[in-house]
Amino acid sequence: MALLSKKDSKLILDPLADNNPITIQVLGICSALAITAELKASVVMALSVLFVLGAGNVVISLMRNIIPSKIRIIVQLVVVATLVIIVDQVLKAFAYELSKTLSVFVGLIITNCIIMGRFEAFALGNGPWKSFLDGIGNAAGYGIILVIVGFFRELLGSGTLFGFKVLGDPVTKTGLYSIGYENNGFMIIPPAALIVVGIIIWVQRSRNRTLIEEA
Amino acid sequence: MKEKLHQLKLKYQGKKMAPAFNALHTFLYTPNETTHSGAHVRAADDLKRTMNTVIMALVPCLLFGMFNAGYQHYSAINGFPANFDLFEHFLTWDNFWLGLVTVLPLVIVSYGVGLAIEFLFAVIKGHEVEEGYLVTGMLVPLIVPVDTPLWMLAIAVAFGVVIGKEVFGGTGMNILNPALTIRAFLFFAYPTWMSGDKVWVHGAVERAGTADAISGETILGYLAQGNASEISYTLSDMFYGFIPGSVGETSKLLILLGALFLIFSKIASWRIMVSAVIGALAMGLIFNGVVDAGWLPEYSKFYTLMSFEFWKHLLVGGLAFGIVFMATDPVTGAQTNRGKWFYGFFIGFLSVMIRVFNPGYPEGVFLAILLMNVFAPTIDHYVVKGNIKKRLKRLKTATIYPKTSDEVDSLKTETA
Repeated sequence: MALLSKKDSKLILDPLADNNPITIQVLGICSALAITAELKASVVMALSVLFVLGAGNVVISLMRNIIPSKIRIIVQLVVVATLVIIVDQVLKAFAYELSKTLSVFVGLIITNCIIMGRFEAFALGNGPWKSFLDGIGNAAGYGIILVIVGFFRELLGSGTLFGFKVLGDPVTKTGLYSIGYENNGFMIIPPAALIVVGIIIWVQRSRNRTLIEEA
Repeated sequence: MKEKLHQLKLKYQGKKMAPAFNALHTFLYTPNETTHSGAHVRAADDLKRTMNTVIMALVPCLLFGMFNAGYQHYSAINGFPANFDLFEHFLTWDNFWLGLVTVLPLVIVSYGVGLAIEFLFAVIKGHEVEEGYLVTGMLVPLIVPVDTPLWMLAIAVAFGVVIGKEVFGGTGMNILNPALTIRAFLFFAYPTWMSGDKVWVHGAVERAGTADAISGETILGYLAQGNASEISYTLSDMFYGFIPGSVGETSKLLILLGALFLIFSKIASWRIMVSAVIGALAMGLIFNGVVDAGWLPEYSKFYTLMSFEFWKHLLVGGLAFGIVFMATDPVTGAQTNRGKWFYGFFIGFLSVMIRVFNPGYPEGVFLAILLMNVFAPTIDHYVVKGNIKKRLKRLKTATIYPKTSDEVDSLKTETA
């Protein structure tokens, strides 16, 4: 027996590609631009959102029948805020340097439209297991784009990956730098992330033409 | 030869590589087919001729840039000649040869990479190769420092053509000027190669730190550092272009000639050029006024640039070149006549403003033009809207025949 039914696995796999929150729904762009200059920050951000969205979807789903619909946004906010504070405190306790790089953007997970979007669109109408899968799927779809963007921006902008100098040392001129290669300063600044995301969208839509919206 | 090409074209018709072949074919010869239906305009200026006219206007700047590259290099080593003689010191074979071997590779890389991408996209998308890159390819080597590494230029050209033009649908559909997109990419990606006192003279970067070190700061560079007294260039140096700077931007005389040529051949809009000059002068006057009124303390880091006489802004940096050859791009500029005045004015105005206030780099023409490229459709929109409003007002006061009320109403709804 398969671990997940076909419907369930669709919940996870769909947001990874054909219904990706960043490239198809164009949500959560702000953090994708801000923190993807380094791969490490992208991965941590992706994991944080994975935790917040997975747990949050379950909590909201469990409470869905007792939340009065008039104040549901406030209840959702309280749930996200609680989870985000947990993430923030854990990061501060165990990875202080990293939490400084991510700075305000961990707190801003609260305002990430993907999270509220999934609460509203899915968790309020589905059971906890399905909501959990949906949360994991969407967060993974968000995370995968973050990691791709972070990979290219760190590699081209700083010549490193996770802080390792994979292209050689720019100061002592080893590796690629010995033949005159130089880091691309453009990739460090946030507009570059917009262009990288744009290129991902371009590639994705030319591979799967059904994704192109009609003008 | 011609017949053979015609036959070859028929053979490749409908094949994947047909656009690439057709491009070469029509570049060399008039196609042997005629159109059969519809109304036609017979005119002498097709896209290719338009492009070639601009290139002809640019060639003097390119040649001058080659001589200047050599002149700046040798003068930085041997010192500037005391009694400058045009033929003895400037138009020499030594200068030209050095310029040729440094500038020509820029031209070749620019055209090679850019046209390769144009051909690639034409083949993938199955349309004809467009002529849009002909001018861009010539502009690019003229607006970069002489020692720009070729691989950087290649990457920048690829970026500019793909992101600046092809993603919007190719020639004629682009929002931003591709040549300036390329320069902006270079500027943000490799700032050390685009600014400072080492990049404007051939060989200065390699010699840095050695006993043979040379340098050549641009006039704007001196001003930004507050060293106005160190500028040894006279006004005529600035006008004729014997100053350090990007390859083709230095000679204001040749740019002026190019501008006149473009205006008389009606390729470029004189409205944009004139209004941009007015805009630059206006901003310069404002800055001069602020300084004269004593509102700006002398220790301010903007003091030297702001007290620079307003009309001299046109003689230094890339302002003149940008106004004549970049701002007048018919695709990315404003289309309406009134819009062109606004568009040009703000290019001049913002260029000088950015030039003075940009802390990192004392030049702003390319940023100003790119910004106004983005705003050009908005300007046009409001000009068109204003015109509609004016005409509606005219309609209200006008007497409309025939006077039966039904027909008046139907006419009114038609025009509204």
